[in-house]
Amino acid sequence: MNYLNETIDSLNKKLASGEISAEQLTEDTIANIKETDKKLNAWITVDEDVKPAENLDFAKNKLAGIPIAIKDNIITDGVKTTAASHILDNFIPMYDATVVSKLKAAQATLVGKTNMDEFAMGSSTEHSYFGATHNPWNLDKVPGGSSGGSAAAVASGQIVAALGSDTGGSIRQPASFNGIFGIKPTYGRVSRWGLIAFGSSLDQIGVMTKRVKDSAEVMNVISGADDHDSTVSTREVPDFTKFLGQDVKGLKVAVPEEYMSDAVDAEVREVVQAQIDMLEANGAIINKVSLPHTKYVVPTYYIIASSEASSNLQRFDGIRYGYRAKDTKNLLDIYVKSRSEGFGEEVKRRIMLGSFALSAGSYDKFFRQAAKVRTLICNDFDKVFAENDVIVGPVTTTTAFGIGTEISDPIKMYNNDILTISANLAGIPAASVPAGLANGMPVGFQIMAKRFDEGSIFRVADFIERENKFYEKTPAGMED
Amino acid sequence: MNFKSTIGLEVHFELKTKSKIFSPSPVTYGAKPNTATNVIDWGMPGVLPMVNKDVYRLGIMVALATHAHILPTTHFDRKNYYYPDNPKAYQITQFFQPLARDGYVEIEVHGKKKRIGIHEMHIEEDAGKNTHGTNGYSYVDLNRQGVPLLEVVSEPDMEDPDEAYAYLEKLRKIVQFTGASDVKMEEGSMRVDTNISIRPAGQKELGTKVEMKNLNSFEHVRLSLAYEEKRQQQVLLSGGQIQLSTRRFDEASGKTVLERVKEGASDYRYFPEPDIAPDHISQEWIDEIAKTLPKSAAERYDDYVNKFGLKPYDANVLLQTKESSDFFDGAVAAGADPQLAANWMNTQVNGYLNDHRVALADVKLTPEHLAEMIKLIKDGTISSKIAKKVFAETIENGTDPKKFVEEKGMVQLSDLSVLEPMVKEIVDNNPQSVEDFKNGKDRAIGFLVGQIMKQTRGKANPVVVNKLLNQELASR
Amino acid sequence: MKITEDTIRHVAELSRLEFGDNEIGKFTAEMDSIINMANQLSTVDTEGVEETVQVVDRDTVFREDKAEHWQTKDELMKNVPDQANGFIKVPVIIEKDENE
Repeated sequence: MNYLNETIDSLNKKLASGEISAEQLTEDTIANIKETDKKLNAWITVDEDVKPAENLDFAKNKLAGIPIAIKDNIITDGVKTTAASHILDNFIPMYDATVVSKLKAAQATLVGKTNMDEFAMGSSTEHSYFGATHNPWNLDKVPGGSSGGSAAAVASGQIVAALGSDTGGSIRQPASFNGIFGIKPTYGRVSRWGLIAFGSSLDQIGVMTKRVKDSAEVMNVISGADDHDSTVSTREVPDFTKFLGQDVKGLKVAVPEEYMSDAVDAEVREVVQAQIDMLEANGAIINKVSLPHTKYVVPTYYIIASSEASSNLQRFDGIRYGYRAKDTKNLLDIYVKSRSEGFGEEVKRRIMLGSFALSAGSYDKFFRQAAKVRTLICNDFDKVFAENDVIVGPVTTTTAFGIGTEISDPIKMYNNDILTISANLAGIPAASVPAGLANGMPVGFQIMAKRFDEGSIFRVADFIERENKFYEKTPAGMED
Repeated sequence: MNFKSTIGLEVHFELKTKSKIFSPSPVTYGAKPNTATNVIDWGMPGVLPMVNKDVYRLGIMVALATHAHILPTTHFDRKNYYYPDNPKAYQITQFFQPLARDGYVEIEVHGKKKRIGIHEMHIEEDAGKNTHGTNGYSYVDLNRQGVPLLEVVSEPDMEDPDEAYAYLEKLRKIVQFTGASDVKMEEGSMRVDTNISIRPAGQKELGTKVEMKNLNSFEHVRLSLAYEEKRQQQVLLSGGQIQLSTRRFDEASGKTVLERVKEGASDYRYFPEPDIAPDHISQEWIDEIAKTLPKSAAERYDDYVNKFGLKPYDANVLLQTKESSDFFDGAVAAGADPQLAANWMNTQVNGYLNDHRVALADVKLTPEHLAEMIKLIKDGTISSKIAKKVFAETIENGTDPKKFVEEKGMVQLSDLSVLEPMVKEIVDNNPQSVEDFKNGKDRAIGFLVGQIMKQTRGKANPVVVNKLLNQELASR
Repeated sequence: MKITEDTIRHVAELSRLEFGDNEIGKFTAEMDSIINMANQLSTVDTEGVEETVQVVDRDTVFREDKAEHWQTKDELMKNVPDQANGFIKVPVIIEKDENE
């Protein structure tokens, strides 16, 4: 089963009419993944024993019997969950993440776990203990990251929808690189219970699908208050599909000058500008604005995310679960060797940066200062949103880069995130919707909105999708 | 040379909740290892803390009872360190915005009153437990992981070990009477760390402090501080220097022993806990809790002595625990005579508890039982001798005293319509005794009482009988 | 500011990580450039600016004090590398590490 021309609606119809059984769909899906993943390496675990839920109710549950992929940093009861790390490569959880419980309650079939950068640290899915994932548009290129496995699986038609997580762009950047839709909801829209923490004040689970409406359907299922997560909002969750099918007349669209500077490749800017022009031609009001603290978002983000990560990742110590080094002399040895052997290079770099930023003598200068600059970055957004409905621009400065070309230069990698991390620092929702191709590779169009206004994102993304019909294009790398 | 001591105390109280501070696992003692735990206590990947409301409520009670200022916004922070009993390798505590600040406790030492400041108090999670084996291994049990603690940090206001002792006694009593903690050092629900430094009299800046952890009793606190004062004086007098260090009190020798020298401040990399939203403590909630705050021991003492007229000694015995004071108050509220209730509490009840090594909460006697029994004694229904039998039955089996007395026919005969004719008859039948009585022989009454007791098989109320006999004899 | 190998060794100790003698130089240079990038923040005027450590739209909702049993001991123990009699087994702890 290949999903390139399927949507949740089309599958729901086929299942409801009996054209295909849920068992058959699951079986075909897994068979196709096993075949095509030889090229992509998008999956860490495929749950070959998975069965569709019983008493499927296709009228009530849109997702009933439909296979869905889960990023491997989201906890699944009884199914190995590794965060793409050697330190967890044998870890079998004994509980479900809230998003997983909700998908199960909606009768979706969870067929497996997708590849990613280790602990979601990275933007290429090269930093995986299980090997790099390849971009279905060009197998020599990265799929982006950290949710690169989820993105490649959706773009290649292995699956119709996948969950990802986004701490600094980890849903939007791979969505952009793979020509699919990906949304990072507002911080506090979706429960983080069961998401293996990276930067706790930034992490948010989101959805990646080929079509905008499919993300709205999945968002309807996974959003909302949760007793397990005290940072989730208790606000009512709207039906996100009701924002679809609208026009953009009178919509106030802000374009930050910092997002369309020379730092962004000319080809990327061109594709993005074409979409802005299209919105304007359809009645949107385009306002040029400034987010003056954009130049500080990279250091601010890397200090805050790494500080939180350095603490979050301390629990991986070889004592209660996960990898324990052999031939250790004493307790300290277990800690140091298990962690040094269990973590990859990039994870160690971030732990070191975070421990440094929080250590005596550095706290005020680094962590506290970053927390203050974060306030200024939030203020920038508040100002723009006081007069605009959405902020738009590119997701990335380039299209997907070649595997192995940037991994050795951490600063260059970090700077690639400049256009996505602000949304995490400010906690606002943001998405990438396909805009077009540049040199044969997809370019994403970023839409950001006010906190808890995912609705506006769906409205604009759906409009763009209907206009440019990017979904009709097939990734070149998947043609035999 | 004269020296001055500066002492500060950090006291941890386990707060009395049913479930843990950040997880709904039960708080239990003596459960099998790792059976009172869940994924949160284990620090499994992906888990988040869920704050227990009662931990705040109990903490606020202690803050109110120590006149501390409760912060309108508190927030949890992470204290990072590795240890096998600390599963996340960070402890969730309150470092930057604690629950409350600037409280005080009043003590009296050698007849001098003094206020000891409380710098701050905060809530945090306890760690699990390591048991050290003899085979080169340690064994970790996470049942205690996440038990709620309240840490009360004093100002360095104490100047000698006696003041420290008095502060601990007072603080324990205050916390005990809020009901927030069991305050039992032997069970670890109260734990004391001390800091002491000395300096030559006249010197302004404080000396280097030495810390002592996990002291087993208040007496050990006093002894160890006294030992440290002397030791540090000798070091300074012999030209030495005090090291910033942690020492341990050795019970056997009564000395303190160096555990380790601290090189600079520990680097716990504290930062705000991002997994828990801020906690705004409303004045309404504080007011609501204040209304439920039980009377303090001092207020109760005042009631007992000035309102009920109890002897200070009796009042203090009742106030040894909140349980016994609550029990006494309950009996008085149920109508018991305070002095009689106090006598019974401090002799019979305590005697029973000591003999049987049980707690008040574990016996079947209720305050209502005690009140009823005292009423039966007071209105003459039973004699105090019978009362002891009734007490034994009630505390053992929870039998209702009134019912028991009635069923067993133990009711004292006080009915005048029965006793009056009987007295007349006995007096009539014993003219010799009337003579003797008139001649001033008091023994005559004893003889007549004995006759009546004989006739009633001991059930006649001796007080009533005496009164009637006196009246009858006087009328002849 | 210049990041030295000593700083890196100290931070590695705090992080319970170790780097071989051949790695430490490269790692120090990398950390030096990362930290110096981060150091740009010191040029931002943040006088009187509040810190943002969370972007949540509500207070903590407290949990009522009710005890519940979730997982069994056996479920929780199943990933433990070394265990005995229901305990997690670790090499003997001689004393708390320098951090504690």
